[in-house]
Amino acid sequence: MAKHATPLLDQLQSGPWPSFVADIKAEAERRHKNDNNVEYQIPVDVCDDLLGILELSYKDGTTHWKHGGIVGVFGYGGGVIGRYCDQPQMFPGVAHFHTVRVAQPAGMYYTSDFLNQLCDLWDMRGSGLTNMHGATGDIVLLGTTTPQLEEFYFDLTHKMNNDLGGSGSNLRTPASCLGDSRCEWACYDAQELCYQMTQEYQDELHRPAFPYKFKFKFDGCPNGCVASIARSDMSFIGTWRDDIRIDQEAVAAYVGGEIQPNGGAHAGKDWGAFDIEKEVINLCPTECMWMEDGKLKINDRECTRCMHCLNVMPRALRIGNDRGLSILVGAKAPILDGAQMGSLLVPFIKVEEPYDGIKEIIEGIWEWWMEEGKNRERLGELIKRQGLAKAIAAVGLTPVPQHVMEPRHNPYIFWKEEDVEGGWDRDIADYRKHHQR
Amino acid sequence: MAFVSSGYNPEKPMENRISDIGPRNASDFFPPVIAKNKGKWLWHEICEPGILMHKAESGDEVYTVRCGGARLMSVGHIREICAIADKFAGGHLRFTTRNNIEFMVGTLAEAKSLKEYLNAQKFEGGSFKFPVGGTGAGITNIVHTQGWVHCHTPATDASGTVKVVLDELFEEFGQMRMPAQVRISMACCLNMCGAVHCSDIAILGYHRKPPIIDHEWLDNLCEIPLAVASCPVGAIRPTKKEIVTEKGETKTVNTVAIKNERCMFCGNCYTMCPSLPLSDQTGDGLVIMAGGKVSNRISNPKFSKVVVAFIPNEPPRWPRLAKIIRQIVEAYASDARKYERVGDWAERIGWERFFEKCDLEFSEHMIDDFRDPAYYTWRQTTNFKF
Repeated sequence: MAKHATPLLDQLQSGPWPSFVADIKAEAERRHKNDNNVEYQIPVDVCDDLLGILELSYKDGTTHWKHGGIVGVFGYGGGVIGRYCDQPQMFPGVAHFHTVRVAQPAGMYYTSDFLNQLCDLWDMRGSGLTNMHGATGDIVLLGTTTPQLEEFYFDLTHKMNNDLGGSGSNLRTPASCLGDSRCEWACYDAQELCYQMTQEYQDELHRPAFPYKFKFKFDGCPNGCVASIARSDMSFIGTWRDDIRIDQEAVAAYVGGEIQPNGGAHAGKDWGAFDIEKEVINLCPTECMWMEDGKLKINDRECTRCMHCLNVMPRALRIGNDRGLSILVGAKAPILDGAQMGSLLVPFIKVEEPYDGIKEIIEGIWEWWMEEGKNRERLGELIKRQGLAKAIAAVGLTPVPQHVMEPRHNPYIFWKEEDVEGGWDRDIADYRKHHQR
Repeated sequence: MAFVSSGYNPEKPMENRISDIGPRNASDFFPPVIAKNKGKWLWHEICEPGILMHKAESGDEVYTVRCGGARLMSVGHIREICAIADKFAGGHLRFTTRNNIEFMVGTLAEAKSLKEYLNAQKFEGGSFKFPVGGTGAGITNIVHTQGWVHCHTPATDASGTVKVVLDELFEEFGQMRMPAQVRISMACCLNMCGAVHCSDIAILGYHRKPPIIDHEWLDNLCEIPLAVASCPVGAIRPTKKEIVTEKGETKTVNTVAIKNERCMFCGNCYTMCPSLPLSDQTGDGLVIMAGGKVSNRISNPKFSKVVVAFIPNEPPRWPRLAKIIRQIVEAYASDARKYERVGDWAERIGWERFFEKCDLEFSEHMIDDFRDPAYYTWRQTTNFKF
C-alpha cells in the first residue's frame, strides 16, 4: 500500500514512453522490501515522500522545493546543491533532500561494475534516485541528508576513485561528445582533451573564484552533438584546414544507389533515388562542389566545413588530415541579457600535448573575465558589454575577418589615443590662432 | 538503521582525505572493440531504427543498440541496465548526450536479439522500459531539467511534460520518416539549465506573475542590494514599509518595491532572494519555441523562436501541449524537404507560412521587444507573403 495516494501521477504510468512514476514507485517498493538488507542511512520512505510532494505540485501547480542552503563537503565550494522541501511535516522523508553532482567520464562510457558500485553507494546513503545525466553532463544523485555528504564523498573517492562535479560560480563539469572513440568525424580526441582540461583545472572546478559559472564543452566536429556552441562559455569544436578526403569509387556507389545516403538515416520514408546534384552539390552552402567526368570535385579552399556532404556520404568523404579545433566563446541561455551563441575567438589551433596553446587561451580569457566581469556576469555578457575585440586582445590574437559575419554597421570606432598620430593633448590657444571664437 | 561510517573522521576532516581527482578517464570503461579501434573509425550506417554499425580501418564492426530512458532513473533501474550490459554487451554501456542508453555488440544478429529483448521489457503500468530507437531522421529523446521533482524555480514540471510529449510522439522515436533529425528540449524555467534556446522544438516553463514580497522576512533572508541588482529591467528598488507582523505587531521594515509593469518574470530576483517567490498555479505555464539548432550543417546554428506564447499548466497530461507539438511535427514532416531542419524549413517558406501551416495563432507576444536584438527580427523589406 503506497504511503501517499497519487491519483494524478498515476496517470503518468500509462502511455508507451518509460514512466518515471512507475520507476520511482518500484524503487519505493524495493526500499520497503529491502531484499539485500541495505543499511539505509536516510529515511526508507524517501521515494514515497518524493512522490507525495510531487503529487502535491501536480495538484496545486507550484513547486515545493526551497532555495538551497549552504551545504557541501570540506574544502569544496561546489558539487552539492542544498535542497529542502517547504512541507517537511507532511513529507519528512524529503525534508532534507540535497543533490550531489558526480563527475562523469567523458563520453559517458561505463562498466556495469562501476555503475553497480555507485548504485550500492547511493542506495545506502541517498534516495536511490538519479538523473543519468544532468544537463551539464554530471551524474546527478537526487536527495540525501547533510550528515551523509561527507560519508558519500569519502566512499566515492576511496572506493570508486571518482570526484564530485561543479556547481556555483566555478568551472562546471566539462563535457564532451564521444569523440573518436566511436565516430569517424571527430577532428581531435574530444574525450581526452575534456579529461585533461578537467584535471588541469580541478582547483577552479571545486573552489568558486569566478564572477559566475563557466562551462567548457568539447565537440569533435561542427555537427555539435554536445551542443557546445549553444551552451558553453568556451566551446571547442573540431575542424580541419586541408582537403576533404574523397573515395571516388564510393561516390560512384552512392550515385549508383548501392549505398544508402546519410548512413540510412532517412530509411523510414521513400524520398526517391539518391540525387547527388540535388542532395549534396546544390545544398553545399558555399557552392564549392561539382561533378566532372563522373568524379566529385571540391574546391576545398572555399569549403567552410559544414559537414553536410560528409554526413550524406560518410563512406565517400572523410575529414581532412590537418586537424585541430576552433574555440568559440560566450554561449549561454537567456538569463539575463538574452540567449547567446558562442562567438568565434580562435579560428584554428592544433590539439597537441601538453596543450599549452589551448591553456594559454583559457587562462587569458579567465584573467580578463575575473578582472572585468561583474558579479554574476557570464563571459558572453562581458563580451557584449566590452566588445569582442577586447576578448581577442585578452588572448593576444590579431583580429581577422573570420571573427565577424560582417564588418560593423556604424562608424563609431572607439579610437585609442595611441592609435592617433600626435595624441589627444591639444592646445586651445593654438586652435584659436586659426579659428575665431 | 544505525549510522554506518565510511571511515571519514569528522574530528579530522583532512585525515586520509582524497580530493581533486576528477572523473575517471573514459578509457577505463571502453569496450575492447572501442579501445582497439579508437581514432580509426572509417564510416557508420544505421542498419534499422535504433541500431548503428561503425566500421573500423581494422575491418572490425561494432553494432550499437540505442534505447530511450527517462533521465530520472532509480538505482533499481540502473542495475537492470547493468544486468543487460552483462548479459549482452560484455558489461559495457554508455549514455548519450540526450539521455539515451547504448549497448555495443559484435554482430547484427546479436544487436537484433538485444533490440527484441529491450523492446519486451515493461514497467508496471505498461510503459516500455527500454524502447529502441532515437536514430537518424526521427525524433529522439527529449532532454530536460528537474521541474517540480527537485527545483525551487520551475514554472512547470519537466519529467511529466516530457513523458506526455514522448507518449504522443512515441512511434516517431522508433522510425525515421522526418526530413531531418528533430531535437526537442524542455526547460522548466528561463534559467534553462537545459539550454533549450537552440532546439528544433523547445518547451519552456514560464511565470507570468511578478514576485510576491515577503516584507516581514525579506531583510532577514536577503541582501537588499543584491536583490535590487539582480533585476535585469530595473524594476526593483529598496524601500521602507510599515507592516503588521505575523504576531500582530506594527513595525517599519527595510524591504523592496517592485514596478510590476516592468517585470519580465525571469525569476532572477527569487534566485537571489527567497523572499520574492513568483510561482503561481494560474500564472505559470508553458511557452513553445521552434526552429533552433546547434549543428553547422548547411546553415548556421540558430536560436529557437517563440511560436506559442502561453499554454496553461494542465497536469498530469498537458493535453494542449502534446497536441500543439504534434501539429508542428506533422506540418514539418509533410512539407519540409529532405535534410531541412525545422528552422531551415520555416525560413524557406517564411514564418508567415509557418504559422499558417502549423495552424498556430500569431499575436503581439511573438514580436520581440527585448533590447537591441529585437530590431533585427522585424521585417525591414517589402518581401513577404500574403
